[in-house]
Amino acid sequence: MVRKSVFLFLTALALWMAGPLSGSAADSLMLATTTSTDNTGLMDILAPELKKDTGIELKWTAIGTGKALEMGKNCDVDVLLVHAPAAEKKYVADGFGKDRTQVMYNDFVIIGPENDPAGLKDSSVLEAIRKLGAGKAAFVSRGDNSGTNKKEIFLWKEAGLAVPDKEKWYVQTGQGMIATINVATEKGGYTMTDRGTFIKFADNHAGNPPLRVWVENDPALFNQYSIIAVNPANCKNVQYELTRKFTDWMTSKKIQNLIGNFKLLNKKLYIPNAR
Amino acid sequence: MDYILSGLIHAFELLFQGDPETYSAVKTTVLASSLSVGASMVIGAPLGFCLGYAHFPGRRLIRVIVDTLLSLPTVVIGLLCYAFMSHRGPLGGLELLFTIPGMAIGQTILGLPIVVAMTATAVENLDYRLKQTLLTLGTDPRQLLLTSLWEARFALALAGAAAYGRIVSEVGISMMVGGNIKWHTRTITTAIALETGKGQFAMGIALGLILITLALLVNLAMSGLKRLSGQ
Repeated sequence: MVRKSVFLFLTALALWMAGPLSGSAADSLMLATTTSTDNTGLMDILAPELKKDTGIELKWTAIGTGKALEMGKNCDVDVLLVHAPAAEKKYVADGFGKDRTQVMYNDFVIIGPENDPAGLKDSSVLEAIRKLGAGKAAFVSRGDNSGTNKKEIFLWKEAGLAVPDKEKWYVQTGQGMIATINVATEKGGYTMTDRGTFIKFADNHAGNPPLRVWVENDPALFNQYSIIAVNPANCKNVQYELTRKFTDWMTSKKIQNLIGNFKLLNKKLYIPNAR
Repeated sequence: MDYILSGLIHAFELLFQGDPETYSAVKTTVLASSLSVGASMVIGAPLGFCLGYAHFPGRRLIRVIVDTLLSLPTVVIGLLCYAFMSHRGPLGGLELLFTIPGMAIGQTILGLPIVVAMTATAVENLDYRLKQTLLTLGTDPRQLLLTSLWEARFALALAGAAAYGRIVSEVGISMMVGGNIKWHTRTITTAIALETGKGQFAMGIALGLILITLALLVNLAMSGLKRLSGQ
């Protein structure tokens, strides 16, 4: 009796588990993306739509742009959705990527506590960066070579400052965007984030986030997201045809509208701009 | 304080309403860890037997190495597996990266030293007259192995349970080798890391509860086995 039930249990378990193992279903595309597109929930909306429209099963791993580019170099993914234009152009020029296609944009914002200890109110971006560089309040950096981190490093240089590293007020988390914002909240400090993730953060706090936007609407803070196919000339195993399909789909009118209508707290997180 | 409580409540909602994301992570965890515990036992038990039974030069050195491997950090295993399984690595052609079997291989490396060390200790502690008796009865080496392992069966089961506990709770290997891919390689632990990163504490707490329940079951089984073996 006991044996029989153990046997039945094991058989049921095996059947239940057999699914995922034999799961190399027809067309699956491996995407490396930034933490922001995943953290905000955009990928959760796109993936089922893609499956419905094209039959392609999208698998994505959410890491920073720097690591995503690296995974493409290693041929471990088929396609990238990233946001560091300068690094991307070099990547394509070096032959690792192909067909860089703009998909959508938003902008970066510098956020901080309500009492604004560093006095960023009404500053331009570069003024704000210089004030932050004085070290009166904590600044929390991604510190992970992600697109946001690359932009932040660019801004330090643009402001004519050395990029901080060991300074007491400079905190490098090495984590995703919302995790980093949470650290800034705990430390009562500032951080830079893309607007989409900030809206998601505000949504997590039911529209009443503990940090607010102090610096925004500056051309230097523009944040472009693009698709890059991993170059099949460099990686024989990648699914270039599926990537082309995926890119066409992402830039189609229907999906561009879908991205444009993706809202939290009634605010757009990304603005489509495929050409 | 509020969000901890609301997290707990939400956790039970997720569990009892059969949230597909939660159950997908549970399934991946159970699958990957069962595969790796199975492999650790099949490979580790005979190796542990040899180490505990045979006397050969360098045996003590190997014991020290195995005991050292017990504290191999999961992130190091994850990194090594990633390097080997990447398409630029020697095993790239096997398409193991971002798959459950790939994760299971990494976790097997984690569980193996536990099984080897505990089996070796168990076999060392077997009554030495067993070996004499078996040899007198004219057993061949295969029977010797199987009979000795059978005599040490409770200790072996404990080794498996210990390995399971370590494997089911690791996050480094699953994250690096599996890639935390939703519906595919997202385990309970990588999901907790992700949900916390997203600021979704409720989901994290729900998954944490399941993991604790799994650990509880394993430990109940362990104590049951201990009682069976009369220790």
